[in-house]
Amino acid sequence: MAKVTKIALAGEGGQGVQSIAEILAEAANQEGKNALYIPNFGVEQRGGVSVAYVQISDGHIGAPKFIEADILIPLSPRAVQRTTGHAGANTIYIYDNSLVAAGEVNDNIVGMQYFDVTPPCPVSDEPNKDLPQDMIAGEPKTCAFNKPGPGVNPDDIPEVKRVIAIPANDIAKNELHPRVFNIIILGAVIAATDVLPLDSIKNALEEKLGHKFKENPKLRDMNFKALERGYQLIKSAM
Amino acid sequence: MQELKENGIWQPAMPTSWNEETKPHKFCPGCGHGIILKVLGEAVDELGIKDQMVFGCDIGCSLLAWDFFSIDTVQTHHGRTTPVITGMKRANSDIIGVAYMGDGGGYAIGSQHLFNSAVRNEKITIILCNNCNYGMTGGQMAPTTLPGMKTETSPYGRDIEQTGAPTKGPEMVAEVAPEGAYVARGTISNPRQLKGFIKKALENQMAGRGLSFVECLSSCPTNWRTNAKQTWEFVEKDMAQYFKVGELRVPQEMKEG
Amino acid sequence: MAEVSLKGEQRVFMTGNEVVAWAAVAAKVDIMYGYPITPQNEIMHYWTRLAPKHGKKFLQTEDEISAGFTSLGGVLSGAKSFTATAGPGNVLMQESAGMAEMMRLPMVYIIQQRGGPSTATVIYAQQETTLTCFGGNGEGHRIVYSTAGHQDLFDYTIKAFNTAWKYKFPTFVLGDGYQAKMREPLTIYDPVEKGIELVKPEPIIGNTKKPTGQFKHLRNTFNTEEELYEIVMAHQRDWDAAAEELVEWDAQGCEDADVIIVTHGIVSRAALGAYTQLRAEGKKVGYFRPITVRPFPGKQLKDAMKNAKKLFVAESAYGQLLKMVQTNLFGSPIKIETLLKPGVGITSEEIYQECQKL
Repeated sequence: MAKVTKIALAGEGGQGVQSIAEILAEAANQEGKNALYIPNFGVEQRGGVSVAYVQISDGHIGAPKFIEADILIPLSPRAVQRTTGHAGANTIYIYDNSLVAAGEVNDNIVGMQYFDVTPPCPVSDEPNKDLPQDMIAGEPKTCAFNKPGPGVNPDDIPEVKRVIAIPANDIAKNELHPRVFNIIILGAVIAATDVLPLDSIKNALEEKLGHKFKENPKLRDMNFKALERGYQLIKSAM
Repeated sequence: MQELKENGIWQPAMPTSWNEETKPHKFCPGCGHGIILKVLGEAVDELGIKDQMVFGCDIGCSLLAWDFFSIDTVQTHHGRTTPVITGMKRANSDIIGVAYMGDGGGYAIGSQHLFNSAVRNEKITIILCNNCNYGMTGGQMAPTTLPGMKTETSPYGRDIEQTGAPTKGPEMVAEVAPEGAYVARGTISNPRQLKGFIKKALENQMAGRGLSFVECLSSCPTNWRTNAKQTWEFVEKDMAQYFKVGELRVPQEMKEG
Repeated sequence: MAEVSLKGEQRVFMTGNEVVAWAAVAAKVDIMYGYPITPQNEIMHYWTRLAPKHGKKFLQTEDEISAGFTSLGGVLSGAKSFTATAGPGNVLMQESAGMAEMMRLPMVYIIQQRGGPSTATVIYAQQETTLTCFGGNGEGHRIVYSTAGHQDLFDYTIKAFNTAWKYKFPTFVLGDGYQAKMREPLTIYDPVEKGIELVKPEPIIGNTKKPTGQFKHLRNTFNTEEELYEIVMAHQRDWDAAAEELVEWDAQGCEDADVIIVTHGIVSRAALGAYTQLRAEGKKVGYFRPITVRPFPGKQLKDAMKNAKKLFVAESAYGQLLKMVQTNLFGSPIKIETLLKPGVGITSEEIYQECQKL
């Protein structure tokens, strides 16, 4: 049976986990591969932590959920604590080591009907402006987490094949733009999975945001720069 | 009311009937439920009925109030809060039964129960949150959606030729309920007045006169996709223009008393 | 990305709910009646957006009881109608399904299972299998297709309308919350272009377009036991005959298998994955998937397990599929092992691990 690459992403509401999972799956599909994306619904989905499962293969893909991920990317301290069940001896583990407090949403909100997939961003000024307006037309943008915090506790990281820490939030905040935090992660995932060329993501982004890029070409530059940055961070680490 | 200063830090004044442990609550930022439940909590405090009360909530955003109060609560099925509270009250008339629901729970799937409990003058208090959409399930059209309003199942705007005009619930209840019923419509944009209505509604039940029903005009910026300013405008102008705020039925005894 | 259309064969990447809406358009459905309940809401969202472009109609009713009965009304007047629901909504739909069974109305219900009982979770389960197959106060004279992914959802939603209108039994497409919300690729098409004939709907009563001058009196209430017996037995005969033609299943590697994994719906994908891996390791494992859970391919399962020592039944419910298997295999001494996880998804890894133990 053809290899199936299993990618699990997890983070707080507003970190844009579902958006990048969607783009990843779309890009794989565009490249002619078989892809399956399902939001949440693991045991970690007690609420505030949003989890996305993406599988990419040249062959048949089985169940939408899986246990051990080939690549596991938890983006907040809470996500790190809750996704240990998906870590195994062969897992490549990528996390954000910026010293930021990722806003947390009350666990009890999510899992109940409307917020069944993505918790609302906890630090948004304008209520719900950062909520995905329509999961289908969702734009990849994240809300900014600026408050300093203790970051991820390295003791929480499980035994895996390889751990790579990238300061994506810091890079987004200081070098690029807070809103492209998750695009950096997207670049990192591409580098780590090595089943898709970077161009496939650029095409997928172009598809999704082409009209916005036309209005403001700087957006394209920003997104592509973020993508390359995340990509390079992993490529150089591996 | 709670002590306003705890450890030297000012705390929001919470009604005693509120369950502190589940605060901050789970409703969206800008949601009207928070205001309605605050006003209800204050009314309960002032009347001192916390220990006789049973609070029922429906499916939809009202279900997020299942652990909101320090009061016996039952979350039921969609539209069935009215009959469950009715059943409790019929079995034990000492209970102060409050049925809390949204537009769907009262005017769609629960409409037959609302209508019949009104006709029978059930001695319960129904509080309905009207925010012109089905919030919890993602913003579908509700019976109270305004003409032309865009929702997930009226993506091109509500066409009243096709789907009827927005439901005027209190008007319907006022029409069919016998003498002894108390019916009002309040709004979160006037919490003091709303509290007055809710208090009278509860007093009506305590005096055993008949059904008490209060619809509350409320906000849902999440599904309306509005910012703070737009949200208030919608409640105060658009909704209030269609749904008239005020008392529709006041029992004779209440007027005289 | 090219705009989605049914012209030619187009490979698309969408959520299961969107697939259902497109399949209904492809099947030349006229009208949908519905009420919101997670996780099938998006079927309505897509349908209401597609409707004006494709000349379709929609009504959001006051609840699921109404959605079921208004759909029956649509069917009576000769429109291809359907509704979609889940969980407690499915419970309410059973009243209309009962009427459809008795009066032989070609109704189609799309079910996206969620946790149960009561409101439980909005996520996923296979806990409505019994309800969907036998939820009325009758003998379950209905057809239920259990889909295992988006291509199935598309193919079988189209087939459901043909089945309903040809055999005049209420027909269900049994999906679940995972299928509703996940995205995967599939090929959509115009069935007519592909040579699939679509059964033409005819009004049962109220034929204003071609009045026949005759009247029909339809009822579902009868006077005597004997009268009812005749009617129910006639339905049973029709159902048995239809079952012969309609039953669908998938069996792989069963001829020389020691253990056969029996699953339905999305769990069958996990089973297929485990089966493939175990076979690659030289284990004698078989795979059996009922595609119609009603009629259940009992004869075919008995056939497939002739040489097997054990069956392994896995489902996201506590014995709903198991009961069907046991009923159909009554008298067989074969051992049945189980993995029963009500409301929880099952992965290939879990089935693989359990099978290793057997």
